[in-house]
Amino acid sequence: MKCKRCRGNAEIQVRHHNAAYCRDCFIFCFQRQVERAIDKEHMFSRDDEVLVAVSGGKDSLALWDALVALGYRTTGLHLALGIGAYSATSTQKTEAFARLGGLQLITARLEEDGLAVPTVVARTRRPACAACGTIKRHYFDRLAFEHGFAVLATGHNLDDEAARLLGNVLRWQTHHLGKQQPVLGSTHERFARKVKPLFRLSEYETAVYAFVRGIDYVIDECPNSEGATQLLYKDALNRLEAVMPGTKLTFLQDFLRLGRPRFATEIDGPPGSCGRCGMPAYAAVCGFCALLGDTDTRRSQRVIPASNDAS
Amino acid sequence: MQITLLPQRRQIELDGRRRVADILRHLGLLPGTVMVIRGDSLMCDSDLIEADDAIEIRNVISGG
Repeated sequence: MKCKRCRGNAEIQVRHHNAAYCRDCFIFCFQRQVERAIDKEHMFSRDDEVLVAVSGGKDSLALWDALVALGYRTTGLHLALGIGAYSATSTQKTEAFARLGGLQLITARLEEDGLAVPTVVARTRRPACAACGTIKRHYFDRLAFEHGFAVLATGHNLDDEAARLLGNVLRWQTHHLGKQQPVLGSTHERFARKVKPLFRLSEYETAVYAFVRGIDYVIDECPNSEGATQLLYKDALNRLEAVMPGTKLTFLQDFLRLGRPRFATEIDGPPGSCGRCGMPAYAAVCGFCALLGDTDTRRSQRVIPASNDAS
Repeated sequence: MQITLLPQRRQIELDGRRRVADILRHLGLLPGTVMVIRGDSLMCDSDLIEADDAIEIRNVISGG
């Protein structure tokens, strides 16, 4: 197999483009796609200081690596979620990547705030992924605001976005469909603009990029992700993709071009401010403070039977 | 050939010389959901893996 760009020996196959590349040309094309997405979708410019959410996984580290290689000004933001050995390894790999590249990294340890994901899940009995998502969104927004960043970049890839789209379509979640786009503008003084520069690159491409760039990322899956609905949607899409290469990309691209504008009127108005923490909220309190409220309630509920037992 | 599946860390032995696409089909893995790695190199569907080779098949799909 020959490289589509230089005609040398190909090592990497990109089925949905019906192309193969050598290592150097793949890296060039990957970075060019990231740059094009940023420019075409007006995500940010080289004058912006971009906060990059990094988990230690392949997508976020590949994104950070590509942004640095392209000359953007970045700082990493890592949340140590407190999910046992998985989180410890994630933090260690993120910090090692930052150290190796001489990059700025902000690390927030949820355990220090009493909010390690397993603790919150045990206290609220909410599904782990839902609680984790609420906590992550709050910390990302709050830390971006506190550190003065106007742009927050995440490593969501084509597979993530196509799976999310499939989930939204299956339930006709019209307000979510109206909001699903690679750039989410700021609608509140404490909301950074959220951007997804990898939205046209498949999960396979980000993994390959991380591999050929020698990025030491977390290979293990989050223990809470077993049986996650998103994995079911990804599997369904990958089965289609195996027979019809390009399905995922067309599904997402055509939605963004033809579908999303039809749902634009379904979007909620701008958020107000949370009565407790001041962060953006669509109700009297934000999702994060509601979660903390559940934590407090469960904790006090647990005390009552204990004291009854004692009497 | 010796196959290591990641992240499961499972070891599998397969007989003979086979193409990557055949190995994936045999294991019930969809193309584009795994990287096939021999040494420091990535393998394409049409590449041949020798009977005495050791390869790693690494899942690329994550979710949660």
